[in-house]
Amino acid sequence: MVIEQAKMQSLASRMVEHEVKGRSPWADARKRFVRNKAAMAGLVILILVALFALFGAHFAAWSNEELDYNVMGQVRELGMPSIASGHYFGTDDLGRDVYARTVQGTGISLMVGIVGAAIAVIVGTLYGATAGYVGGRTDQIMMRTVDILMSIPYMFVLILLLVIFGRSIGMLFLGIGLISWLDMSRIVRGQTLTLKNREYIEAARATGVPSWKIVLRHIVPNLLGVVAVYATLLVPLMILTESFISFLGLGVQEPLTSWGALISEGAGTMNYGTLWQLAFPLFFFCITLFGFFFVGDGLRDALDPKDR
Amino acid sequence: MALLEIRDLNVRFATNDGEVKAVNGINLDVEPGDSLGIVGESGSGKSQLSFALMGLLAKNGRASGSVKFDGQEILNAAPKVLNKIRAEKIAMIFQDPMTSLNPYMRVADQMAEVLTLHKGMSKRDAVAESVRMLDAVKIPDAQGRIRLYPHEFSGGMRQRVMIAMALLCRPQLLIADEPTTALDVTVQAQIMQLLAELQREFGMAMILITHDLGVIAGSAERVAVMYGGRIRESAPVGPIFADPTHPYTQGLLATIPRVDQEGDELSAIPGSPPNMNHPPAGCAFEPRCPYRLARCAGEDPVLDLFDADRARACFATVADVRARRETVILSADEPAAAEAVEEAPEGDLPVEIIAGAGMAGTDSEVKQ
Amino acid sequence: MFGYILRRLAVAIPTLLLLIIFSFLLMHAAPGGPFTGERSLPPQVLANLEAKYGLDDPLLVQLWNYLKSVVLHFDFGPSFVYPDLTVNKLIADGFPITMTYGFLAFALAAVVGIALGSAAAIRHNTWLDYLAVGTAIGAQVLPNFVMAPILVLIFTLWFKWLPGGGWSFSDPSFWVMPVVALGTSYMASVARITRSSMLEVLSSNHIRTARAKGMPESRVILRHALKPALLPVISYLGPVFVSMITGSVVIDIYFSTGGIGRAFVDSALNRDYAVMMGVTILVGALTILFNLIVDILYAWIDPKIRY
Repeated sequence: MVIEQAKMQSLASRMVEHEVKGRSPWADARKRFVRNKAAMAGLVILILVALFALFGAHFAAWSNEELDYNVMGQVRELGMPSIASGHYFGTDDLGRDVYARTVQGTGISLMVGIVGAAIAVIVGTLYGATAGYVGGRTDQIMMRTVDILMSIPYMFVLILLLVIFGRSIGMLFLGIGLISWLDMSRIVRGQTLTLKNREYIEAARATGVPSWKIVLRHIVPNLLGVVAVYATLLVPLMILTESFISFLGLGVQEPLTSWGALISEGAGTMNYGTLWQLAFPLFFFCITLFGFFFVGDGLRDALDPKDR
Repeated sequence: MALLEIRDLNVRFATNDGEVKAVNGINLDVEPGDSLGIVGESGSGKSQLSFALMGLLAKNGRASGSVKFDGQEILNAAPKVLNKIRAEKIAMIFQDPMTSLNPYMRVADQMAEVLTLHKGMSKRDAVAESVRMLDAVKIPDAQGRIRLYPHEFSGGMRQRVMIAMALLCRPQLLIADEPTTALDVTVQAQIMQLLAELQREFGMAMILITHDLGVIAGSAERVAVMYGGRIRESAPVGPIFADPTHPYTQGLLATIPRVDQEGDELSAIPGSPPNMNHPPAGCAFEPRCPYRLARCAGEDPVLDLFDADRARACFATVADVRARRETVILSADEPAAAEAVEEAPEGDLPVEIIAGAGMAGTDSEVKQ
Repeated sequence: MFGYILRRLAVAIPTLLLLIIFSFLLMHAAPGGPFTGERSLPPQVLANLEAKYGLDDPLLVQLWNYLKSVVLHFDFGPSFVYPDLTVNKLIADGFPITMTYGFLAFALAAVVGIALGSAAAIRHNTWLDYLAVGTAIGAQVLPNFVMAPILVLIFTLWFKWLPGGGWSFSDPSFWVMPVVALGTSYMASVARITRSSMLEVLSSNHIRTARAKGMPESRVILRHALKPALLPVISYLGPVFVSMITGSVVIDIYFSTGGIGRAFVDSALNRDYAVMMGVTILVGALTILFNLIVDILYAWIDPKIRY
């Protein structure tokens, strides 16, 4: 449940090394990635989960908001998963179809995860690249700021933000994304510092290319390996954060739902014997996290092979 | 009886790309007080040979054959047996003194633990003895500096600490694995001189492993030249330089830039060392050899004595090599080498010999 | 060393002040005051309430007063929702509970994680290694809010071994599930980090030197490998501690343990800004304190850090 900074550092220096030697790290990496069974399995899982989120609704017999009055009050006896009733994953305590809700929750959790990670990666990369590239006093101030922000208890501030500005999904995206860019910015800064003094960057500077263009054109692309790995590993963390908040009832609000909210409902009703309500969302939650972790680790090991 | 007897030593590594045959069928003897130089480029197996003796191979490495020290078998011996031999009987110093010393321990602690462990000394006595040893390797103000951490020493001083630490138990044999590669040229000479003095003073035998023929010339009595995991030529140091009888030795000597000779081009051995994942069926040097014969590609020559204490492994006759009657003309961009370059980028011998000092200097700086 | 600690404190204290000011301003930027809830109050009552809590003063005066009472008297003021309760009282009730299971979970994560990770690295590519890696990967997808229901399902509903909620300082059976639920995923992370860093250290040159010196393997690991292998673990332990406190929110809700997490979520749902701010600042102070401890520990282990 953490991105190992030491490994990211090792990856970052490996990417710079490749850059200096003028080799493409990607060619060999693809071979290694394809050979990595866990990573390939993770990739397959992720594709299947994505297909489930995108097209799962077409196969649902019930919509996610419909209440099945037949099972209401007798969910334990009648609401269990069955093909015949059309409730493939059973119903929840209100008689709603767990299959349809899981499809919906999967979509929202994935979206929050991916958008949150994207925000974090973009902000972190630009911030870190700028600090590293500009250097000097600006760099000092920018990185000191990161140090200070690091010691803020995020989950609490995020909840604070959600309470104060309302529990909208947009706020959730923003809040989750904005709390995770700090580590990213540190790594990117370090890598930019090493890249900065390479000849081709100096050549670009000498020919009068504006700084922001150098950062965008020459530095950012070289960070691609680190960014790709980081983003892949960040998505599951974002999903975890979102689920954590939704579990507390502070995240996604009804009628929308997410894995965290579904797990929370399932956990709340499991002593009534309706275990399916917990099991199905939990299953998708777990395999997706596995998928992202395996793909992210596999990508990193492919780009920075080491025995570990 | 020889102090160290190596018989048919092989080292194999299991890797993802298959088995690597790093060291093949090595036979060597070291007499007490003797000093043996082992020369070879990176990847020739010389360092793995020394790690195998000490039981220090990486986890995926396996050694087979026999190594007897003072008549006792030490190859693949139990840890208890090995730990009694290590430092006490055979000590070792390594290439990169920055990373080879423990950066998280004071020099005093690192040195004293050898004595408290092997000699049962008290900590206080052990530190006092360590200071004496640091004096012996000519570290100024040893008393004051023993409390420092390794990163507070310069590269040359670190290697002196390393040497002092190795000598604490007065070993009978010192294995020095590229002791000067990571150091500045001027410091290199000082360290080699120090080693030679200490060897005389302590009366110990020494195995000096290096890729630098210059280092060998000044310090070794006997030389074994390794290539592709095998010894290709072995002889006293004089004949090796004056009268090399193996094409590879000859090639190595030709790469040394000399002030006393005219000519504006540095020569290099064309091609690059073999990929030991897929060792060639015949002589490993065959693709780069100007004296190669038809049989060289399919058959590996054995190391044969051809004089009282000189041996070589080559099918070309001694007379042919001495007279430089080359059978093929090799160009620098031999196509056969292209594939190998990719596999072993660091193994480019000529560059390393010429630029070894400079490269090593930068390397040690980076590691700080 | 002492100077280093002072310098770190010199950064920590302004950071904490900034956090206080930031959360204070955030509260006041909120649309509507704390009393504009579901029930709308008559204007006169509202004005009286605002006067009582000093909310009619200028913003800077309010900030100054708040800072003064927090910094000088550790007084976070009264709750906005329950007039009889002070924030200090809420914190004093919940904090010892949170700290108890939090520290136990932290110890579980650190001790078991480091032991498991080291063992896996030392026995690299043996069944022990595979078992440890498998456990670590599995536990990675079991965050506290997933562990909690699973534990309750198994140990309370099926086996009826452990109480499904509540808290007692005298009965450790109440502690087990909160600690395990909170600590497991971090234990897995610690194990993973320890394993990879130990593997790296064990293949480093200075370990080869230690072996060449004839050190027994146990001494090689304990004296030479453990310290450097723990460096990345230590820098991870700071965030872990913070996560323990964050996770207490879920634990307090799910197990009704009555820690500060409960107070925080309740106040979030009630828009009780005083309590939210109090808890946030307290957790912020703990975060800063723990990062400081981690930095000092790090500097103490790694001689190359100049302080």
